[in-house]
Parts: sequence; structure tokens; C-alpha cells
Amino acid sequence: MEFFSHQTNFQFMATRKVWFGLSIVLMIAALALLVTRGLNLATDFTGGVTVQASFPAAADLGAVRTQIAAEGFRDAVVEYVGSARAVAIRLPPERDQTSSQLRSRLESALRKVNSGATVQSLSVVGPQVGAELKKSAAWALAFTLLFIFLYIAWRFHTWRLSLGAILAVLHDPILVLGFFALTQISFDLPVVAAVLAVIGYSLNDTVVVFDRIRERFEGNRRLAPNVVLDQAINQTLSRTIMTKVVTSIVVVALLVLGGPVLRGFSAALLIGILAGTYSSIYISSAIALECGLTAEHIFPSARKAAVDSLP
Amino acid sequence: MLEYARWKYILIAVVLAVAVLFALPNVFAEAPALQLAHADHSAVTTAELHAVTAVLQQDKVAYTNAYVQNGRLVVLFANVPDQLRGSDAVDGKFQKKYISAKTLMPQTPTWLRDLGLKPMPLGLDLSGGLDLLYQVDIKSAVRQILQTYTQDATRALAEAHVPVAGITNVATGGSTVPNAIQITLGPQADLAAAQRALANPLNGLTMTTSTQSGGLVIRATMPEATIRQRENYAIEQDISILRNRANQLGVSEPIVQRQGNDRIDVQLPGIQNMAEVKHLLGQTATLEFHLNDTENSAYTAQQTGNVPLGDKLYTDTWNGEPVLLKREVIATGEQLTNASASEGAQGPQVNVTLDSRAGENMLRTTKANVGKPMGVVLITKHSVTTKMDGKEQTREVTTEKVINDAVIDGVFADRFQITGLTLGEAQDLAILLRSGSFVTPPVLVSQNLIGPSLGAANIRMGVMALVIGMASVLVFMAIYYKVFGLVADAVLIANVVLLTALLSMMHASLSLPGIAGIILTVGIAVDANVLIYERVREELRKGVSPQAAIRAGFEKAFSAIADSNVTTGIAGLVLWIFGTGAIRGFAIVLTLGIATSMFTSLMGSRALVTLMYGGRRKLARLHI
Repeated sequence: MEFFSHQTNFQFMATRKVWFGLSIVLMIAALALLVTRGLNLATDFTGGVTVQASFPAAADLGAVRTQIAAEGFRDAVVEYVGSARAVAIRLPPERDQTSSQLRSRLESALRKVNSGATVQSLSVVGPQVGAELKKSAAWALAFTLLFIFLYIAWRFHTWRLSLGAILAVLHDPILVLGFFALTQISFDLPVVAAVLAVIGYSLNDTVVVFDRIRERFEGNRRLAPNVVLDQAINQTLSRTIMTKVVTSIVVVALLVLGGPVLRGFSAALLIGILAGTYSSIYISSAIALECGLTAEHIFPSARKAAVDSLP
Repeated sequence: MLEYARWKYILIAVVLAVAVLFALPNVFAEAPALQLAHADHSAVTTAELHAVTAVLQQDKVAYTNAYVQNGRLVVLFANVPDQLRGSDAVDGKFQKKYISAKTLMPQTPTWLRDLGLKPMPLGLDLSGGLDLLYQVDIKSAVRQILQTYTQDATRALAEAHVPVAGITNVATGGSTVPNAIQITLGPQADLAAAQRALANPLNGLTMTTSTQSGGLVIRATMPEATIRQRENYAIEQDISILRNRANQLGVSEPIVQRQGNDRIDVQLPGIQNMAEVKHLLGQTATLEFHLNDTENSAYTAQQTGNVPLGDKLYTDTWNGEPVLLKREVIATGEQLTNASASEGAQGPQVNVTLDSRAGENMLRTTKANVGKPMGVVLITKHSVTTKMDGKEQTREVTTEKVINDAVIDGVFADRFQITGLTLGEAQDLAILLRSGSFVTPPVLVSQNLIGPSLGAANIRMGVMALVIGMASVLVFMAIYYKVFGLVADAVLIANVVLLTALLSMMHASLSLPGIAGIILTVGIAVDANVLIYERVREELRKGVSPQAAIRAGFEKAFSAIADSNVTTGIAGLVLWIFGTGAIRGFAIVLTLGIATSMFTSLMGSRALVTLMYGGRRKLARLHI
């Protein structure tokens, strides 16, 4: 079985301006959503209390909200997780949040809704812990990008490819964040891990294409760069699609079967993988081309060596 | 002809054999178990094992296995009712001799256990339990030591009759907290005399002298290294206290570890009673040094029950003998600034440092009592919940026990050694002395409680996602790449085995994000195989002979696999370093998974393909 029985010959680079336009529109939309709606940050980052409760029958969210408010908890966010019998309640940080009465107060409020309700998990995060996590997540992102830029510049001898890779790599997580701002799915620590894994995956693709570009340039230094880039993308196309199909299979399995804890995580991965496929084709190589990438940049010693070897 | 070096085949075979062995303990299902440990965490003996099994046989409680592991006695049962009956039988017979925990233990065969092989422990999100995050105010630990130095300096200057205009604590060198003592000398002060007096108490501090409008000023600054040392000491002391207490809870395997600069993470699998545990961990304990009463016999007091006036009767926890101590306190645990075990001239010893006030008291006492024994009493306070008339009542209980009783062999003050111990005893005593009271009590900043049913649901869903995701990939690869697809399938399975083995070796606990990491690793390992096979197909399309196509496929795919995995690996490593909790668990699996997938895809699949196709002289076509 093969997706493409013959070598494809799509002219990806010819239409690059169109795709740049689309990407710019998508990025602006994502950033606008991030600014206007913002992320629905979980208590991992904001600090506060998260409770997961299970009910013997479908729970009425309105009744839960009323009882929680009656118990004296303000600004509670109440939502279903996975099914109508599982409810998550999030409370803002309280001064006395380590109080051991918290659980019994919440449980008694929930029992007024349904006597069979039980608290399944309770997590209390101090505000300073949340603030630090935000900082360390930002640092992790910055260091990942820096190291990757350096590695690619070193392996491929040119900042043009590094820049293409970094822009493609920024493109994907911004789209993922935009998706989370749009859907208001809870943004927690596992989602941060997923966003960083998306960076790794997107790069993985980009680097495979770059590797082929290097190889094509090595054999045909006279060919026009846009032809070489098209060849490289076409030759790796069946691999790109095959890998994405397989990875998507496992991520979909996680999304459907992994339960509520991993739902945001797998959604972020799925969006990121789709965006990564697109960006490694249309963004990373195309930007390097716009920056004037030629064979000389990857093999700088080539011409000099030729000159030196003349008698 | 394709060839592959024989040593590579041998290497792959050895690695896989070792991996299978290490991964094997994870296969066995868990059974209800009873874990018994001594409260002072001394090892349970084989004789005790026989005593316990004898009781179980006598009460006709069926058990499937019983053994001693890491100094704990483990009894496995076929079902929960047997476990409960077993627990009652043991508790009834050996009143409070053991801390017992009802838990789940894997039914690992004896021969695997004897090799020291264990399955990956489950993270709290899978096992259910309580996760507590404490913060230690390390700055206040530094402030305390600076105060002690200040007291010592004041006393030394007064004893040397050096007039002092003022002593303050100041922050120098860009420090945000006070890190230096500033002493302004009086108008007629003798600088040399002041420096002589301060040399001993302020030993280790950097001293500078200057003339300011108020007069001569001596500034003694704590070196950066001393401050770091003090901060680390405060954290490590809190960790050892929390670990000691967590061990007393009867949890099967509590984890107490440092997190970041000033945090302590306490994980208690299986614990659901939040309030009681938090109280137990946070309880305060104190130490007291008392002189022995050598004029009256402790044995007589124990037998008659008549304790002399001004005395208190204890039992020495080290040798079980009665001890009679005077009620007068020489020093308390709050005045203890350090205790460490070391190898001295007279064998192992514990080096104790007290603050200046306790040091003076100790000096006076020891001057008058050389040759007499002195006892160390550990006092702990904790709450006990009892049921009375169906109502739960909580009351505070104080326990006092003698943890050391030794002869004073000379006059000493704030620094002294306790000798006559084995090295193990010295280390334990040093921990106990340090763990008597928190220098800087840790503050609970975050807590996470996961119910047992949620844990069970998480593990069920995680394993289900893993099995179904993996199975779909295996089927898909076999259809898409035919024979080579089957090779890829073998390699993928080997990859999961290898990864499981590595994680088991590291005793990394398996959490839900970790399972997600394993599933993603399957995707990464597939990618490497896809890169190789697509390349082989490409070469075949060019009309290259099958064997040359295989060789070219592996060779040309190498740089793409290496570069793409290194970049993903960079992301994984950064997450490993910066991440905590869920993120770290995911990052460890991702990073190790990249390493194992490169090994299995590049070496494993090449070895397998060469084995299948390498020897054939005429190879018309490849099933790819």
C-alpha cells in the first residue's frame, strides 16, 4: 500500500505568498483571541482550589453552583469533565486554603445536590506556586527555542534555515494557544508539556525536509533554489503524511480513551501536529528561500575549495 | 550481499535480554498485601517473619506469599477479606509492635525479587493518595544563625571588657536579607582586644574594620558559601524530619524529596485522611538533655513503681533498660544548631553544636558532673482520634523517650561529641537529634488529593489508550509496509520493552503524563522506521537492486533521523530540567524514548532486515 505510487511534483514554492498570507491571517486571529479572550488558566497557574466530584446520576450544574455559593465560596467555576456525572469545581485562591475543613464544606454542599456525591480529588495550589510555574514555563520555552536555533545553525551552516525553523516553530504553538483561547478549554500544566512537545514534533518535520534540501543541493548546485526546495518537499511528502497519520492515530486514541486529565493535552498535540505538517511544508523552507538561501550557504567551502584546487 | 557486524548482533541481543529482565516485574498483577515495619525503621528479621506466618496459620488465615523486603515484612493475600482478617490477626497478636499498612503489592516471583528487580512505582494520579508541597523559609534559617553569631559576639566583647556603642545586623554586598554583623566600638575601645575577643566566636566570618563618624566599626560578613550551607542544612533537616514522620504513617512507600530551591514534595500513596496526616507531618517535637540520677537505682524504681522525687523514669529505646533522669533541663532541641555523624578517634561519633546559652549551661553542668551519665529525651506531640460513644474525639498525646544515654567524659560547652556508638547508630542518632524540632518549620503551599477510584479509572484509561493506540499502529504498519511493516512492529514492541526497562531501572514513578509519553514515543519510533522504508522504496523506484536499496535506505535516512531526534530531544531535555511534577514525568519518558527509539530503529531494524535478506544471493523483489 502506498499513498503516492509515483513521485509527486507539486510546486509548493510557487504559491508560497498565498500561504504566507493565510498564516499571517491565522496568527493575527490567534493573537487577537489571546489578547481579547485570553486563556482559561487552570489553578496550576492561578493558584486556588480544584475539586473533582462524582455523582451517582447526572448532576445539575446550576444546583451545584447554587449550593457552592450558599456554602460561602465565591466565583466558583463549575463544569462537567468527561461525563454529566463527573463535575469539576474551581475556586479562586482563598486565604485559608489549606484548611482541612475545605473538603468537608464542599462535600456537604455537594451532598445537598445529591446525597451520593463524593469528592474524587482535591487540589490546592498556593498563588506563589502558580506564579513560579508561569515563570518556569516561559523559561523552558525560551531555552528550547534558543538551543534549537543554535543546533540548526550549526548543523546546516546557515541562519536562514534556523530562522525558517524558528518562525515555523513559533507559528505552531501560537495557533495551538489561539485554539485554546477560542474554545476556552482549561489550560493546565499537561497542556504546556504538549505545546513544548509540539515544538519538538514540528521541528522534527522541518529538519527532515532541511536534511533533504541539503542533500539535493549537494548533488545539484546549479539548480534554482526554489526547484531544489520543491524537490525536497515532494520527495519527503509520503514520509510526512505517513508519519502524521500514525502519530495522529495514537493521539486520537489518547484523546478518546485517555480520560479528562489528558483531554486538553491530546487536543493540543493534535492541533499542533496538523499545524506542524503545514508549517514544515509552507513556512520553514519558504522563509529560508525568501532570505535568499542558496547552495553556497549550506556548503560555504565549496567554491573556495574549487578555486584553491586550480593549478 | 548485506552484512552486519557480529558484535552488533551480540550487543542488540544482550541489551534486549537485559531489558526484558528489567521490564518483566511490571507484568505481574497486584494483590492485596500487608506491610509491617518497625517504628524505628530497624529491619524486620526472618525470625519475626516466621512468627507472623505462624500466627496467620494458627488463625487459619490463608496467605499466598510472605517475605522480608528492604527491612519490611510483606504478606500477600488472594483477596481483600483475607487481607483484613490477616491484618486483625497480626494486630491482635503483636500489639503495636509494627506499623502496618494495608496496600497492594505486585506478585513478583521470588527469583525476580531476589535479583532486586522491582516494577515502576505508580504515581499518585494512578494509585490515589495525597501529595503535599511544603515551602521552607530558608531566609529565616540564615537570620537565626546570624542572631546566634550576634549573641556570641556580644558576650565575647563583654567578657573581654571592650566597650561597645552598638551591634546591628546589616545586609551587605547586594544581599536582600541581613548577612553581616556591624559592631560599632565605644570611644576608648582597643581594636586589637576586640579583634582578639571576636576571633573565636566569629570564626569563619570575613571581618573588615573601618573608621566611621560613630567611631571604629567592625563588620563581620557571612561568606556566601556559609549562607548556602545554612540554607541547605535547613532544607535537609526539614526533609529528614518529614521523611521520618512519613515513615511512621504506615504508608507503603512514601516519597519525600526536595523540589527546586526551597520546596519539599511529600507523596503519600494510598492516604486519604488529609487532616490527620497534615497534622502528623507538621507536628512539633523537642529534645531535652537531662542528667541521670546516679544515686537511685532505675531498676528498683521500675520494679517498685516508686520514682524518687525530682526524677522521671524512662526506658532507653536503644537497649530497653530503665533509665532514671533528673527533671532539670540542661538544654533543649531548640538550642541545638547542628548534629552530624562522623568517624572520630574513638570510633563513630555524633558531633553536636548548641547555641551560646545552652553552651554555657552545658559547661556549668559538665564541670560538676564529669564521669556521670547524661540522657537525651525526645518529646513528640501528635493528635490521636478515638471513637467514644460513636463520636470521634481528637486529643493531643505527648510521648517522651530516651534516645541516648552516655557518660560525660570531660568538660564541654556548646560543641561536644557523643561516642560509643556504631556508625549506623551514630547516623541514626544525628538524624534523630536534628529531626527533633524544625529549625524552620515548613509551610504547606499546595496539596493534591486523588481518590482511589479516580486513580483506578486513570490507570484503566491510560492503559486502554496505550493498548489500542499501539495495536492500531501495529496493524497499520503491517498493511502499509508488508514484511518490512512486521519488522517495524517487532522494533516498536522492543522499543516499549526497552523504555519500560529503563524507567524501571531508574525507579521513575509512572504517572498518566508518563503513559502519554510512552504512547508518543511509539509515534517517534514509527517515524524513524518510516524514514528508512520510504527511502528504500525511493531507491527501488530508481531501479536499484533490492539489497543495494536496503543499504542505501538505512544509510541515507540516518542523518534525517539523527537531526530530527536531536531537536526533539532538546525540547525533552529542557522540559526535564525546568519541569516539575506532571511535566517532568512526561519529559523523562519522552527523552528516554527518543534514545531507545533511535537504538531500536537504527540498529534493531537493520539487524533484523539483514538477517532476513542479507544472506540471499538472488533477491528478486522486496515486500515493502
